[in-house]
Amino acid sequence: MHFARVLGSVVSTRKVEPLTGYRLLWVQPTDARGRDRGEPLVAVDTGQYGEGEWVYFVTSREASLPLRDPFCPVDAAVVGKIDRVDLAGEEPRRTPEALR
Amino acid sequence: MILSRVVGTLTSTDKDPELAEYKILVVQPLSPEAEGDRFDLVDEGEELLAVDRVDAGEGDVVLVVKEGNSARQITGRPRVPLQAVVIGVVDRVDRLETARG
Repeated sequence: MHFARVLGSVVSTRKVEPLTGYRLLWVQPTDARGRDRGEPLVAVDTGQYGEGEWVYFVTSREASLPLRDPFCPVDAAVVGKIDRVDLAGEEPRRTPEALR
Repeated sequence: MILSRVVGTLTSTDKDPELAEYKILVVQPLSPEAEGDRFDLVDEGEELLAVDRVDAGEGDVVLVVKEGNSARQITGRPRVPLQAVVIGVVDRVDRLETARG
């Protein structure tokens, strides 16, 4: 799983049937210290995650497993919210760097 | 599988129910870098979040599988949204003489 912060959401009304009812989040991957890394992407929201939150996501085949239809065509899904990251010898981090 | 070092832990209460019972570690992938007669394992690429199945601790060099079907087998959960699992603690990495560049 990979670290990311939620930039916002993507609204799409006309989409494939298995995605009906799911929110799409626009996320920016980060490293373990919450610094932005790489390019933003769109991931399915499998919980109730929101803008500004520090989350983690799973990619490829496993992204569709939390959905009603496990054969849904998605390749990224946010599966949890980060409360805290503890790295050896460093202060605990609770928010991504961009929001500190 | 890849070699990684455990660099931290994740605390997350709001997560997919399939992940609820697992301890999640922050692991830094490693790559061997030769320097004369010896080689070191150096950081390579981004940190990952991996479920711990061997009670690994901070600083341990570990084996991480990065494939969903293995994750499903190890957890016994056919719908766990997971790829990366720590499946072993590495005692030692030996390099063959013939592998020296």
